[in-house]
Amino acid sequence: MKPSPVSNCERRFLLRAIEEGKRLDGRQCYDYRNVRISFGTEYGCCIVELGKTRVLAQVSCELVPPKPSRPTEGILFVNLELSPMAAPGLEPGRQSDLLVKLNRQIERCLRNSRCIDTESLCVVAGEKVWQIRLDMHLLNHDGNIIDAASIAGIVALCHFRRPDVSVQGEEVTVYTPEERDPVPLSIHHMPICVSFAFFQQGTYLLVDPSEREERVMDGLLVIAMNKHQEICTIDSSGGIVLLKNQVLRCSKITAVKVAEITELIQKALENDQKVRKEGGKFGFAESIPNQKITAFKMESAAVDTNNVEEQAEEIITKADPPSEVFANPVLYTPGTAQIGEGIENSWGDFEESEREEAAEEEGEGDATASECQKMEIEGTSIIEETKTDEPILLSDSEEEEVVILQPQELPKKTRAQTNLKQGSTSKKAFIKRRKKKRAAH
Amino acid sequence: VAMELWGYRAMGGSCLRPFSCELGPLSRPDGSAAFLQGDTSVLAALYGPAEAKGNRELPERAALEVLLRPKTGLPGVGERSREQLLRRTCEAVVLGRLHPRCAVSVVLQVVADGGSLLSCCLNAACMGLLDAGLPLASLFCGVTCALHPDGSLILDPTTRQEQEARAVLTFAIDSAEKKVLMASTKGACSMEEMQQCIAAAQSAADTIFQFYRDSIRRRYSKS
Repeated sequence: MKPSPVSNCERRFLLRAIEEGKRLDGRQCYDYRNVRISFGTEYGCCIVELGKTRVLAQVSCELVPPKPSRPTEGILFVNLELSPMAAPGLEPGRQSDLLVKLNRQIERCLRNSRCIDTESLCVVAGEKVWQIRLDMHLLNHDGNIIDAASIAGIVALCHFRRPDVSVQGEEVTVYTPEERDPVPLSIHHMPICVSFAFFQQGTYLLVDPSEREERVMDGLLVIAMNKHQEICTIDSSGGIVLLKNQVLRCSKITAVKVAEITELIQKALENDQKVRKEGGKFGFAESIPNQKITAFKMESAAVDTNNVEEQAEEIITKADPPSEVFANPVLYTPGTAQIGEGIENSWGDFEESEREEAAEEEGEGDATASECQKMEIEGTSIIEETKTDEPILLSDSEEEEVVILQPQELPKKTRAQTNLKQGSTSKKAFIKRRKKKRAAH
Repeated sequence: VAMELWGYRAMGGSCLRPFSCELGPLSRPDGSAAFLQGDTSVLAALYGPAEAKGNRELPERAALEVLLRPKTGLPGVGERSREQLLRRTCEAVVLGRLHPRCAVSVVLQVVADGGSLLSCCLNAACMGLLDAGLPLASLFCGVTCALHPDGSLILDPTTRQEQEARAVLTFAIDSAEKKVLMASTKGACSMEEMQQCIAAAQSAADTIFQFYRDSIRRRYSKS
């Protein structure tokens, strides 16, 4: 699918609206879109919706040997995928500039800010550590992927539980969830990204740009911060000259937004925890609101499968037994094969010369005397054929050349007849030539 | 109700897990659907019919492309083979000749795997096609049957039931004549058992098509 471009009128319209302090979705300049968090049935699985932008995150873990440079630290691996379902221009498995940039930003936000205590992921120093893998998929692209992904990433990491392990001497035991309750990761703080879009060389500023706004913006500033107002990363896309007071203003806005989002995340996590403890229903099915007109739910439905055995028997008895007649291939003459029963070969018999050749091939050491006879036989057969008034199909290209070069002396004669005559004469000549050739051999 | 159903299952009958479906959850694609069968959840998005890219264009019909994205890691051989099965099934019902030289791409994202994943993918793909309003010859649904070692037949099995089962069979059934559009089996079973599974899948298909009909009716109840 090809990406859809933004038309000039659309661009002008958007920019003029921004100059007037209006946004297409009715938000104010500093408004953030609604954030909705829903959890799956497994631990470490969540979907975060930022307006219409949607990101799916899943955390998984495995025991691996640590990096030689850091033998006592676990590994955090972060990967964001731009699924082709998110927007028409995205291709699967392609490392586009946007994808590389986003992955690097997420990595800096989550890994380099040391929000996860990697030392607690060490099982046996220098031998076994936990590798935590965070997979994120962009499901719907409506702008501000980085904010949605950073929220989804940190929520999934907070929600995740790894299997409990115990070390006794050299032996490492990994307990299943039935044996021992899985343990959560130890998380120091929650870094959250907030994006600012700049227009008209930094004159106008919008928080949380939508997809359309991102396409007409001049520059982007991303600030990652935790609720203690510690800046984790700052990333400016370039393209605009940022002033000192602008960065300061943006970081103040970030502090407010991060406090709001952190509170929401904690509430969502607590809610899910409570439902799981009480044994209530949880998972994505529960997060679809019942009153939504586009959603429909069906309770577990019984299917009558009591008569399937009778039905199956009926079908099998009705079915024809497999046919056991197999066609025998018939070989009439050496060199021709035929498949099927009693079917005549429609390709016609051998031409005389071919038969001759075949015979020659069979008895290669024959005396040359018999060839004279053969020539005679051929001559008669050609005469016979002329009587039937049928054109002979001459297979040799040499002979056809002769036909073309021969001037037509008698226009009254039909073409077939001339052909025949020439054919017969040239054929004889041809055979003679061939004889000479053979003698030379 | 749950006890009754368990009793029913023990009697030799079988039941489908709770189904839910949301039509058009995504704003960007031309059609999208989220389909949930118990704990299994698949999100389908559809783009097209639109201009085909490069050499993918076919002169006489629409080129259909199915992509299946796993939840963790990169798509492997299993995903590729499932993509082929899904593509063939969709091609059987999509009236592609109405859109020559166009491309239709169906992207399926596994959101949660709790067993019967392939049948959930089929159902999500069909709902996605319906939401996009693509002309179809008929609908299709996916049904997974598991044959338990004790000989009982389980419809719509969970991951655990699939692991315990002797054979797992997945069928795609069309809505017009209840014929089998696609069959994929894992494990060994006899001819009789296979026919029993098809018969069971056909009767389960009735329930699923009724679910399709009800959700579409609800979707267009206010116009």
